[in-house]
Amino acid sequence: MTDASLPAAAPKSLLVADGRTRRRKAAETRFRLYGVAAIAIGLLALVFLLTSVLGNGVNAFRQTFVEIPVTLDEAVLDKTGTRDPKAMAKVTTVSYGKLIQQALEAELATRGIDTSALTEKQVMSLMSKEAPADLRRQVLADPLLIGQTITFDAFATSRVDGYFKGRVTMESASRDSNITPEQLVVAEAMAGAGLIETRWNWRFLTAPDASELRPEAAGLGVAILGSAYMMLIVLVLSLPIGVATSIYLEEMAPKNRWTDLIEVNIANLAAVPSIVYGILALALFINFMGLPQSAPIVGGLVLTLMTLPTIIIATRAALQAVPPSIRDAALGVGASKMQSIFHHVLPLAMPGILTGTILGLARALGESAPLLLIGMVAFVKDFPSAPPEGLMQPATALPVQVYQWTQRSDPAFVERASGAIIVLLTFLLTMNAVAIILRRRFERRW
Amino acid sequence: MGIGLLILIVLGLAGCGFLLGRQRALSLVEGDARRLHSLPSYYGWSVLLFTAVPALLLTAAWLFLQPTVVAHRVAASIPEATVTARGGLDLVMTDIRRISEGLDLIARREGLDTKAVAALGTDTALKERLGAVGVAAGAGSDPAVFDAALAWRETSAGLHRAMTIAVLLLAAAGFLFAFLRISPALRARNLVEQFVLVLLISCSLIAVATTFGIIASLVAESWSFFRIYPASEFFLSTVWNPKFGGGSQLGLWPLVWGTIYVSLIALAVAVPIGLLAAIYLSEYATPRLRATVKPLLEILAGIPSIVYGLFALITVGPILRDWFAMPMGLGASSSSVMTAGVVMGIMLIPYVSSLSDDIINAVPQAMRDGSFGLGATQSETVKRVVLPAALPGIVGAVLLAASRAIGETMIVVMGAGAAAKLSLNPFEAMTTVTVKIVSQLTGDTEFASPETLVAFALGLTLFCFTLALNVAALVIVRKYREQYE
Repeated sequence: MTDASLPAAAPKSLLVADGRTRRRKAAETRFRLYGVAAIAIGLLALVFLLTSVLGNGVNAFRQTFVEIPVTLDEAVLDKTGTRDPKAMAKVTTVSYGKLIQQALEAELATRGIDTSALTEKQVMSLMSKEAPADLRRQVLADPLLIGQTITFDAFATSRVDGYFKGRVTMESASRDSNITPEQLVVAEAMAGAGLIETRWNWRFLTAPDASELRPEAAGLGVAILGSAYMMLIVLVLSLPIGVATSIYLEEMAPKNRWTDLIEVNIANLAAVPSIVYGILALALFINFMGLPQSAPIVGGLVLTLMTLPTIIIATRAALQAVPPSIRDAALGVGASKMQSIFHHVLPLAMPGILTGTILGLARALGESAPLLLIGMVAFVKDFPSAPPEGLMQPATALPVQVYQWTQRSDPAFVERASGAIIVLLTFLLTMNAVAIILRRRFERRW
Repeated sequence: MGIGLLILIVLGLAGCGFLLGRQRALSLVEGDARRLHSLPSYYGWSVLLFTAVPALLLTAAWLFLQPTVVAHRVAASIPEATVTARGGLDLVMTDIRRISEGLDLIARREGLDTKAVAALGTDTALKERLGAVGVAAGAGSDPAVFDAALAWRETSAGLHRAMTIAVLLLAAAGFLFAFLRISPALRARNLVEQFVLVLLISCSLIAVATTFGIIASLVAESWSFFRIYPASEFFLSTVWNPKFGGGSQLGLWPLVWGTIYVSLIALAVAVPIGLLAAIYLSEYATPRLRATVKPLLEILAGIPSIVYGLFALITVGPILRDWFAMPMGLGASSSSVMTAGVVMGIMLIPYVSSLSDDIINAVPQAMRDGSFGLGATQSETVKRVVLPAALPGIVGAVLLAASRAIGETMIVVMGAGAAAKLSLNPFEAMTTVTVKIVSQLTGDTEFASPETLVAFALGLTLFCFTLALNVAALVIVRKYREQYE
């Protein structure tokens, strides 16, 4: 407002802003700045979140390996000399451990690396405790290796690995009961001689989980497979059921109390906290129906129930977007109501339905709370077999594996949990990208 | 025969049914499709549907009910003395189920048949073998329990065989029924369409069944909780101290306080930021800025909560502890109400901002124009005209965000801590309803104890809370929409 209507006490220039106008302008600028600041905070939070998780996790994909030539002595590994797998399976990891130890000591001696400050056990513990089992698996898979000298890649123990990644320092090692600075000096010398190197580690993606004492050997194999099984179940069940429900509600149902009830139900289910679905699964699927705990089938069923509302809402939007003229034209040339829907409306709505389905699957993939309740937090080291039997066997899922790793005391597992998050986010990003591409390519404006 | 194979056989039979049905319809009219009532494929479809659907439904229903029947039969055969000695039928049944699962595992790994399994005996060797396949069998050495576990396996196997036969018979019967019914005058299209309509309706009832299942399971288990634990204690006590040996104090209030405290902090972070961002984006931003910033903010809504949980655990928690809590002398715990609240607030920003954005956009332009016409600046228009007009909708958005905050699990599990206490210090670890549901229900728990069953009562409380908030929010938003339509 201007003061033009007031009695002019002193003539003022219109070109000079008075105090009140200046204050109002300043308030305007401040308000604008608040808005910019809010957006900036939001975006900064996003950047901070992603960089902190990604920065922590990148190292999980690289691992430190100890590379030594090992002679697979027939006298130790296959006493009968028949290469009979059953007889060879009787040789335990202890014997393999001894072989590796001899090989390691011999190699250190030839390279002239001084290990006098260390006990034999300390030299051996530069390597992962998983190494003998690895070697045994390798030999049992290919018995012809026996008698040869192979280059054996063993994981370095997580502390040595941490040292080469900067997580462990000499100072922290002196306080650590699992490693001594002297061991790190030897590790450094081995790296100088090319016996230790840090490189890309595929086994992070393919190996199963490992026990608390062997973080270096832990991988995401079972988790990825379990998640894939669950997504398969979710897709197979929720897509047909969701589409059928939407078709009925959108195209067929009379408007009455019953259909209202169903609609209100679906709206409410979309807002029920995920943990409540977990309780439902525990009470219904596990306690009442007696399905096994930690099985992908139970996880798949509960995620299906959770995903249904999302898919139904998306499908109904897609069906609504198909213009009525299509239905009218089909009815006009003599199609039945059912034929007009299944032959014309549904195919045209398919891109929208698929987009919604992929987004629903992406949500389900990241969901962890209900899976905790159905026992998916159990430690699973064996891969489930192929479906359908595998659906009943224990498995774990990507987000739950992350949770599980964060609950362990060894700090090396935090790095792996962040690495698992990267894998999870990559899957989600891919699914969302596919959904966006589908929408862009097939979206039709009527 | 495995379930997978059975389903494949039924589907294969149905597929053959389709081809044969269509063939038969055509051959009845010597290939002249015009003399058929419906298109030939509808005759095929009728056979397919009648073969597959009843058989598959029977399979599902049988699998659903079989465990109850088995449990009933086995329970009848356990001697009374064993039940009393082992502390109740429920506990014995849990043991039996666990041992029989373990026996299944052993049998599968070592390729044993039923007789060999029965000969395993009940000595300590069995216990070790069960332990080797990951089954903790405390009661495995009790002969009565072992016999019951064997009976369990036997009954299950018998019922499974019966199911296979019944399902195959039903599929064959459906096939024959539909196949022999085919005649040129059969209204196959109407028949198939009726059948499909029934399928569509039953699919849409699944949503109702889910709600019913949620309510029924929560209420039933809460009921059995309140039978062994006084409801007045649960609702009025201010002490939460579960002891798995018995004599627990299970008061709701410390958990509710933690939940409310975390949610309030989360809303205190999310509402100002989300609302101001929404105002800026809808009133000030250029279309280009809006098109870039809005999807970026919505990424925050698409990130799974486990990622936020990890963020709270490894980044936000230590920062808050080292920079705020320790210098101010408020505590030395990295998991705290503040950590969980701040991270949850970040998660809720997009919920608040995109809902408020829609609502602000729904305020008619004429109201803004009127305000500008009177000489108000843009910020005055927003503060005095747009926001008051949009207020009910914004309240609805905040309520929806609050219901999300209350039901959120992973962030509080990883960020808020596990100690149940009533305290005002935001840098102290506290716990919430959802955290306690997780901690009471994970791990090996006896299902009949109040310490486990309390989780269902907590779940019911949570469900009622969020439902009330959602309904309130929906009602407010809907009222508001009507105002400007």
